[in-house]
Amino acid sequence: MNTMNTQSNAMPESSRDSQIDESQVVTPAVLSATRPMYWSVRRELWENRSIYIAPLAVAALILFGFMISTIHLPGKMRAALASHPLHQQEFIEQPYNFAALLLMATYLIVAVFYCLDALHGERRDRSILFWKSLPVSDLTTVLSKASIPLVVLPLLTFAVTVVTQWIMLLLSSAVLLGSGLSLGTLWTHLPLFRMSLMLLYHLLAMHGLYYAPIYGWLLLVSAWARRAAFLWAGLPLLAIGVVEKIAFNTSHFAAMLQSRFSGGPEAIAYPAQSSVMQEMTLLTLGKFLISPGLWIGLAVFAAFLAAAVRLRRYQGPI
Amino acid sequence: MACIEARGLHKTFGTIIALDGVNLRVEEGRILGLIGPNGAGKTTALNAILGLTPYQGELRVLGRDPWMERDLLMRDVSFIADVAVLPRWIMVSQLLDYVAGVHPRFDRAKAEGFLAKTTIRLTSRVRELSKGMVTQLHLAVVMAIDARLLVLDEPTLGLDILYRKQFYDSLLNDYFDRNRTIVVATHQVEEVQHVLTDLMFIDRGRIVFDRSMEEVESRYLEVMVRPEQVAAARALKPMHERQVIGGSVLLFDGADRQRLTALGEVRTPSIADLFVAVMGNHASVTQGAAR
Repeated sequence: MNTMNTQSNAMPESSRDSQIDESQVVTPAVLSATRPMYWSVRRELWENRSIYIAPLAVAALILFGFMISTIHLPGKMRAALASHPLHQQEFIEQPYNFAALLLMATYLIVAVFYCLDALHGERRDRSILFWKSLPVSDLTTVLSKASIPLVVLPLLTFAVTVVTQWIMLLLSSAVLLGSGLSLGTLWTHLPLFRMSLMLLYHLLAMHGLYYAPIYGWLLLVSAWARRAAFLWAGLPLLAIGVVEKIAFNTSHFAAMLQSRFSGGPEAIAYPAQSSVMQEMTLLTLGKFLISPGLWIGLAVFAAFLAAAVRLRRYQGPI
Repeated sequence: MACIEARGLHKTFGTIIALDGVNLRVEEGRILGLIGPNGAGKTTALNAILGLTPYQGELRVLGRDPWMERDLLMRDVSFIADVAVLPRWIMVSQLLDYVAGVHPRFDRAKAEGFLAKTTIRLTSRVRELSKGMVTQLHLAVVMAIDARLLVLDEPTLGLDILYRKQFYDSLLNDYFDRNRTIVVATHQVEEVQHVLTDLMFIDRGRIVFDRSMEEVESRYLEVMVRPEQVAAARALKPMHERQVIGGSVLLFDGADRQRLTALGEVRTPSIADLFVAVMGNHASVTQGAAR
């Protein structure tokens, strides 16, 4: 009986196996790591549509406001032309920088809420049982979730910001042309390409890499907390600060947190002064890449993620 | 090679013993029913098999250690853990895309074929579907995966009778073959009675009954006797007795069919009655031991 079984099924069985072996030989990495990773990231975007809806909505708001402001643009431009060139620069750049900052703030808000729900929501709605029934490791899942604030959001914010700024520029150009003013001042005082480069650097290096331990902490809390993840994210930090203050009357922990949020000594603030922008060379990037603050942060991030992976392995629905 | 092999499986939650030395062996190509009262350790045992919970003892599923290799094991194992674990926000087409993306043995066309027989549309979101339709959807996805082991934990909980019957019909007709193994844990014993090839009862973390359905049918007999013959029937040492209108039903283990026929109508007991009989005896034995 048993041998008959094996014989009758030998053919389809072996052809199936050889097919799989072949594809594994050709692209072992693609099958084992990249594909589940790619689909897991797409899954996150399906579930959390706020990742792209929020920046798009903010961009629409900015453009709407800016459109109204262009009514006064020709008059203001005439006044600015009479002033000092540095003042002109500030006047022209200001709305563009404001748009970038607003979208940056959106990124951070979305990132915080996303991270706190990422490993909590799937346990709350029991869908973790479904995700775990598929051949996707806990490591892949957690990494795909970490990639959202670390890679997806900065790149998306960058793209949305650049497009918004270009629409703003074209909009004001059209208005200025319509009122018979020259575009020379506007275009020469608005280094959009260099601003975009700075923005990309700022988003990826600062809000992506330097903030990584913050996202790692939030992901860990969302993997651990049974409820009130938001409270658990903040209370332990506050408790450490309070205990340190009472016990030693120091505030190193608070200072450390503050330095992390402000970007540390190697940080380049955005919007950067034009002078800083000119200095912005490979040297600055190099200085950032060898700064201990970055690497300590990344090590802490890795530790938090490892803990989150381990927690997800042990935990079921809540 | 056995599909599932466990030796001395142990699991405690604090002071509660969920699994108390479970030994079991499930061969390939079987449909095993795992039956037990609430809190008997069914779900814990299944979770251990699926690599969802750590355990003490030895356990191999398709030759792998489930706790260490869950993601690899899931290429060959599918499971449906009660209803409503599909994410409510997902669209049916996204679900198929995702499973096709991460599962090397998923046949999307097959899943769409199963769905075409239902009223589920690819553009629907899971939250818009009824409980029965969500189960149909999950089943369609699972049946399109060329897995070697399928684990079902109360798969038909909360479904109406039509969906329940349909569920097991499609499993048997469109999915099951001799290369696959199915393990199903359920309370609704009457609906799996004719589906199973093997039967296991679990109680307080221990396997208390482990027989193939052929064995069950040849060993266990139930006879309905009128009141005046009860004494004669009791002399044959039934393992269980219950009262019904117009007489008593006595359940025998390994009794002589000829002698029983003389007492009344003989038939194979239902799993539910066998369960009650076995559990009753097991409870009195353990209580006796405690005393």
